[in-house]
Order: sequence, then structure tokens, then C-alpha cells
Amino acid sequence: MKRDVFQAIADPTRRAILALLALGAMTPNAIAAHFESTRQTISKHIQILTECEVLTQKKTGREIHYHFNPEKMKEIDIWLERFRKMWEDRFDQLDNLLNDI
Amino acid sequence: MTNNFVFEKDLAAKKIHVIREFNAPIEKVWKAWTNPDLLEKWWGPKPWVAKTKSMDFTVGGVWLYAMVGPEGQKHWSYVKFTAIENGSRFSTDALFCDEDGNTIPGAPVGHWDNKFVAAGDKTKVVVDLTFDDEADIKMLVEMGFEGGFTMGLNQLDELLAAQ
Repeated sequence: MKRDVFQAIADPTRRAILALLALGAMTPNAIAAHFESTRQTISKHIQILTECEVLTQKKTGREIHYHFNPEKMKEIDIWLERFRKMWEDRFDQLDNLLNDI
Repeated sequence: MTNNFVFEKDLAAKKIHVIREFNAPIEKVWKAWTNPDLLEKWWGPKPWVAKTKSMDFTVGGVWLYAMVGPEGQKHWSYVKFTAIENGSRFSTDALFCDEDGNTIPGAPVGHWDNKFVAAGDKTKVVVDLTFDDEADIKMLVEMGFEGGFTMGLNQLDELLAAQ
């Protein structure tokens, strides 16, 4: 299944992980230590976030660090900008209509 | 032209807040938002048109309409009026549906609250759109596609790229 950035932010735990990693890269264990959930649950969230491409993995020796990828998050802004544009267009049409009635 | 357009998003709160001022008296603006013949003229972002199948503008009543695309493609919406303060405010629950107004159980619901405030000869409209579920952010995406504006903008992108 193709994942997108919206799935990344659709879950509160995943948003918390993103907020954490925005401050700096971490190992899976260090991430899991911040949450009450099981290590397995957190791993699953990390996997989804990686598939959504908002996290990237970097191996240093035997350790894996996860990095936040802010570029990917910009897709949400781009999409919302288009949503905003739709409203603008719609309201411009309403302006014209109000002139006519 | 100043129309004091505000578009704010609070994704963590699952909320979008829109404000817009219109250069017309409140009665006219209210009519444009609640009369199906008038809605058809502006609710669909071009080239899409909002075609109404039925509308019962009463509390508990339903507006069933389709966004009709340039190639005749139709995306149906079921909009239930949950509260009406005549001339100043109405709220709806909006879902995607089929042409008979059947909705999918568990489908995401958009809660709309539309307020109309007179300011001299002008009218300020305040729209608050909220969702119940975190996952409903996905619905926003689908709404975008429904409006066809993504498609429209892609076409514009192509056009601009070809220049």
C-alpha cells in the first residue's frame, strides 16, 4: 500500500514521535523510552512514518538513528494551500453572484 | 479589493477556520448559501458545478447534491442540517454518499458551522469545519479531489509548464 504524509500525522502517537525527532535524531530504543506503549507498538509507528517518508534511517555501526524529514511535511502545506485556493475561487464566484442578484 | 479572507488550520484540533467578507447585505448572502439555485452558481469550484437533487432546509432536513465535473463525473454529498438560526447561522454534518443519498457506515463526517454577521452594507461569514477522527484528515484530501480543484490546478501546472 502506498502511504502518504497524511497517514503520518493521522495518529497522535505518530505526531508525538515526529515532534520528538524534530529536535534531533534518535535510536528506536530512545524513542520508545518516551512512551508508555510497548516497544513493538512504537516500532510499528516508526515503520509507518518511515514508509510515509517523513522519517529517514541512518546506520552508524550497529545502531540505527531515525531522522525527521521536514521536506516531506511540506506536502501538507502544499495540499492545504490548494484547499485554501479552492475556497478563494469559490468565494470570488460568490462575489460575482452577489453583484447579480 | 479587500475582503479580509482568513484561512487558518489547526490540524491537531482537526479544525479549519475560514472568514470572508462580502460586499452585500446579509439577506442576500444568506440566500446565496441556502438556496439551491444560487448555490449551483458558486459552490462548485470551476469547472465543477454543484447540482442539487433535493434540499430540505429545515433542522434534520437534507441537501443532496453532486459536484459535476466537466466530463460529467459526479461526486455526491449528503449534507444534513443540524441547526438553523434563520438569517444568521446554520450547521451541517456532511458526508460522501451515492446518488440516492446512502452514506457508508463509519464514513468520516465534516461538521460545518456557518455564521453570518452584518457589518453595515457588508456581511462577514465565519466557517468552522471540524472532524471527529484523526484519520479524517484523509477526508480533507478526498474533498479536495471532489472539488476537482487539484485536477484543475494540475492542468494549470501543465499549462504553465508548456508556456
